[in-house]
Amino acid sequence: MFKIVVLLKQTFDTEEKIHIVNGAVNEEGAKFIINPYDEYALEEALRIKEQHDAEIIVISVGPERSTHALRSALAVGADQAILIADHTNYSQSSSVAHLLAATIRPMKVDLILAGLFAVDSGSGSVALQVAQLLQLPHASAAIKIQLGNAEQLHIKELPWDGNVARIERDVEGDTETVLLPLPALITAQQGLNDPRYPSLPGIMKAKKKPLTELFSSDLLQSEDLTKISASATSCEQILPPDARPPGQFITGTAQQQASSLLEQLIERSIIKKGGDS
Amino acid sequence: MSNHIVIVAERKGTTLRRVTLEAITAATTLLIGHSGTIHAFLSGSDDDNSLIASAKEILQYGVHEVYIAKHAHFEPSQATIILPALTDVIRELQPTYVVIGHTSYGRELSPRLAAALHSGYIADVTSIESSEDKISFIRPIYAGKAFERRQFQGVAPYVVSIRPNNNVPATLVEPVTITNPDEHIHQVKCEGIQLSSIVQHVVKRINEGIDLTEAEIIVAGGRGVRGAEGFAILKQLADELGGAVGASRAACDAGYCDYALQIGQTGKVVTPQLYIACGISGAIQHLAGMSQSRTIVAINKDREAPIFSIADYGIVGDLFEVVPLLTAQLREIRQ
Repeated sequence: MFKIVVLLKQTFDTEEKIHIVNGAVNEEGAKFIINPYDEYALEEALRIKEQHDAEIIVISVGPERSTHALRSALAVGADQAILIADHTNYSQSSSVAHLLAATIRPMKVDLILAGLFAVDSGSGSVALQVAQLLQLPHASAAIKIQLGNAEQLHIKELPWDGNVARIERDVEGDTETVLLPLPALITAQQGLNDPRYPSLPGIMKAKKKPLTELFSSDLLQSEDLTKISASATSCEQILPPDARPPGQFITGTAQQQASSLLEQLIERSIIKKGGDS
Repeated sequence: MSNHIVIVAERKGTTLRRVTLEAITAATTLLIGHSGTIHAFLSGSDDDNSLIASAKEILQYGVHEVYIAKHAHFEPSQATIILPALTDVIRELQPTYVVIGHTSYGRELSPRLAAALHSGYIADVTSIESSEDKISFIRPIYAGKAFERRQFQGVAPYVVSIRPNNNVPATLVEPVTITNPDEHIHQVKCEGIQLSSIVQHVVKRINEGIDLTEAEIIVAGGRGVRGAEGFAILKQLADELGGAVGASRAACDAGYCDYALQIGQTGKVVTPQLYIACGISGAIQHLAGMSQSRTIVAINKDREAPIFSIADYGIVGDLFEVVPLLTAQLREIRQ
């Protein structure tokens, strides 16, 4: 039986356009989803549960609307959910990481699963900060995860006792296989699995599963707040991307199109005439 | 007070990665208007004699001191294992900033370093604005659908990771001559290093040697490529151009290629000099991952495809016809 925590963030749907109003992102009418990478992490936890038996706890730090994401996680098979409201006034990766670490520390978990990064803020920072604060090893960008002892994983010798995780991870296109002693934190890369959809009975069951709400004031000591404030960063402004200059269509036969394109790319020194550099 | 900046150097094999040179430029920007020095942290295996040559090369780019951390467990490099050695160097030097490449390695190292030091961390920075009283960091959010301007509010050291391909790399136009380079190269005591993870093996995949996020040229395919065979055609053009192959989510979901190649809001965000989109319609989530490319070429049968709205050059046509012609003509020109 494994005790697994899945870190989960509710984010904008990736098909949403971003509208900036008065220097902030306008959330009105936007569709929210579970961060796609966190969905892979959750799905992996469910598969581990099917294979080995496990208890799955999903945790999110975020506004009230995040309960929808947590209910969806319960509907696909997580056992309990925790929503943490961040009232530290910092709302940045380090405060979120401290809140998560404080919540997880007393739980004695075997495995923490999280997404490689959130598709909104995109830092990929919170999960690894949690690993550091809890002094756990980690592997990021997993595309395959196996759990078990040395014998089950057919490994002859290990420097550690107990269960380990064997992870295949994406390292800039190469696949690296790493071993970690449990407890550990693993982040999910796309390709790890194909997340399931909630079933109607699952949605009904989820309504009865525990969803606890915690506040940052319940979780943080004054020394945590000192550390969080030392690591503070602030967002001064949100800006739209620079508009691209208008383009042009290249017409003619395929031969003409190809030669005309190459001519222009060479003329503008975008590609070199004399072979690659 | 003078400012120190520590950059974390990264190598591919025994060659310095370009992002390390970009980090030197970033460090120089951070020092504008201040007196200060740039220090580099370089790590590798305990029997790796090429580290000294790399250290000397780093010095030529204007870095003042290089700290080499050597340990049997440092190759292949695992961020968690190297972290204590880096943390020791930073505690000793007390730099204002630590600059790290936002690469596969840097993305793992930076958050753990920030948490270990209780430091602020601004990730994936695409540009640095330095004025007399304020330094701001610009970084994409929503994969480039918007940007934010951030500042550090807390206590130094501050950790910054920079996105590859966005800062001008330091050059050797005027190499710094150092009479006694050995005096500027220091060995780090690597104590208390623990084997917290073991690399069993590494399998090299497509795009050998070229990382998508660092590639200068990318030839990417979408659903219109219709299969793995279609991607072989794109690969030929990419090889001829010295670039890498990428893909849209639709192509990955359809199983035409590996997810490691996916470009978009899920997947990799890329900023090459030239992006050639073949058979990609241009879903919002794909555009987010590539619309900051310098020059965009789109090849698509459908004139109404959204990809054309951000393309510098649009070709309405059949990629199976146009792409091989591009490869062939390029080969001819270059002979």
